[in-house]
Amino acid sequence: MTTRTRIIGWIVALGLIALLPLLPAPIGTPFHMELGIRIIILAILALSLQLLVGFTGLVSLGHAAFFAAAAYFVAVAAPQDGPGSGWWLLPASVLCAAVLALLIGMLVLRTKGIYFIMVTLAFAQLVYFVLHDFPLFGGSDGTYIYFRPEFAIGSWLPMDLGDATHLYWFNVLMLGLTVLILSLVLRSRLGHALIGIKHNEQRMRAAGFRTDLYKLASFVIAGAFAGLAGFLYATQHGYVNPEMASWHQSANSLMMIILGGLGSLPGAVIGAITFVLLSEWFQAITRQWQLLLGGFIILVVAVMPNGLVGGLASLRRGRARKSVAPAARGNTEEVSS
Amino acid sequence: MSAQPRDTLATRQAQPASAALLEARGLGRRFGALQAVSDVSLSLAPDAIHAVIGTNGAGKSTLINLLSGELAPTSGQVRLMGEDVSRWSQPRRAQAGLGRSYQRNNIFPPLTVRENCRLAAQAHAQRPWQFWESAQACAQSQSQADDAMERAGLTQMAKVPAAGLSHGQKRQLEVAMCLATNPRVLLLDEPLAGMGPEESDRMLNLLRGLRQGHAILLVEHDMDAVFAVADRITVMVNGAVIASDTPDAVRANADVQRAYLGEHA
Repeated sequence: MTTRTRIIGWIVALGLIALLPLLPAPIGTPFHMELGIRIIILAILALSLQLLVGFTGLVSLGHAAFFAAAAYFVAVAAPQDGPGSGWWLLPASVLCAAVLALLIGMLVLRTKGIYFIMVTLAFAQLVYFVLHDFPLFGGSDGTYIYFRPEFAIGSWLPMDLGDATHLYWFNVLMLGLTVLILSLVLRSRLGHALIGIKHNEQRMRAAGFRTDLYKLASFVIAGAFAGLAGFLYATQHGYVNPEMASWHQSANSLMMIILGGLGSLPGAVIGAITFVLLSEWFQAITRQWQLLLGGFIILVVAVMPNGLVGGLASLRRGRARKSVAPAARGNTEEVSS
Repeated sequence: MSAQPRDTLATRQAQPASAALLEARGLGRRFGALQAVSDVSLSLAPDAIHAVIGTNGAGKSTLINLLSGELAPTSGQVRLMGEDVSRWSQPRRAQAGLGRSYQRNNIFPPLTVRENCRLAAQAHAQRPWQFWESAQACAQSQSQADDAMERAGLTQMAKVPAAGLSHGQKRQLEVAMCLATNPRVLLLDEPLAGMGPEESDRMLNLLRGLRQGHAILLVEHDMDAVFAVADRITVMVNGAVIASDTPDAVRANADVQRAYLGEHA
């Protein structure tokens, strides 16, 4: 895929997503907008994890800690008696997640492979229990945010987050921003270096890269965008609880990017959409919906080792012509650089 | 036998000792009970190929790892351009002009040959904070990569994913990636391993071309190749240096003959 078709693809996809509230009754309802926002938030979380797992090769099982940190920051820092200003709550909550990622990253990045997975999990559990046990955070019930943050310019509200449609578009905007920044990062020298580290860290060190700092940068950027997802979650629900930091949340995000395709930004979004829609659908069918969802994921991994995106790409390739250099395309965006 | 006097190349050529680009002084590495490298001293002069030969397990690769900074020495010192770098990390030594290639192919398999080289070259123009600028826009790393591919004879393969190269081409890419970082000192770990005669000749020509402007440490099993290109040869047995001299002198050395012929003949 050339850069231009990729950009057009994103614009078309985001445009279609943004149209949802304008659709007629059976679809454009508040229920569907709420579902859409949920998907978008989880897509941003999956995108942030994709940078870490799919492009840097660091498999983390504790990513939800940063998601929860930013959401709790909003809950604790937002005023009780009126809407807080989003102009500072948004960047400050993202910064809060980034700082936590910096602190945790400096410790966990001393380990590799399976140990890295376990240590990230351990730190996320630590965050979980801090949120669970400190009275400030409201215990296992969590805590409420009574007013949605406002993005006011003087007395003008260009986006009134109290309005369902505006809130939806605000989330679409943030998704677009996330995709834009992560795409730029991946296109830049930083992104190329991260991909190099994913494939061969030893060689990167031999060439003269401080790979430890690069991995930390990836960890912090991923944490920051997880924080953005956390801010959006807190804004939408007006409620946070420790389950946001639970390892289920981390594992779900991991499953989304595996489902969609590792090493692909569209993969993260498609993974999140598929994951949420399927769980909705399966929950409507049966109580044992997790069995169906798990089965589906196993099926995808078995049949399409490169996830849904990789599977779609090889389908298209197979239809175009069977024998054209498969290695040259691969499943990931990184090859086409 | 272990403690050879310091390399006398410099004195013989009437140069000051500091002219050595890379120097090992009494370098040693112990893994538990195994002394993999013991008390190795050698110095790499500019514009010269210094070969290190020895039987399997003689400690040649460990020596390269010590010099490049991948392993910390348990004793001794590494000096790069007169400076003690023994405690420097590998990336820091690489930044200072020390490049290495690996015995086993150690490349970025899914990336194109050009991107393999460009990424190595990017080490000297990192600017990770410029996230809005495309990596392809970095003219310095592009031109260094093109130059390295040209020297290694890989220009034709620039757009091929490295995984699709033949074994010999991957060996060439190993060296090209090392060159792309624009080093003063090259540590080449068996660049000829597994190559056919034609590819070998090509690589030897490349090495001869690189002599000018670089100090090269060549670890190699192919004796014909070593004696054809080396200006100086160090022979290691069981982690220690038993001889370090010109090729002719090494060929005539009784200890070397015993070490090689005694085990193999």
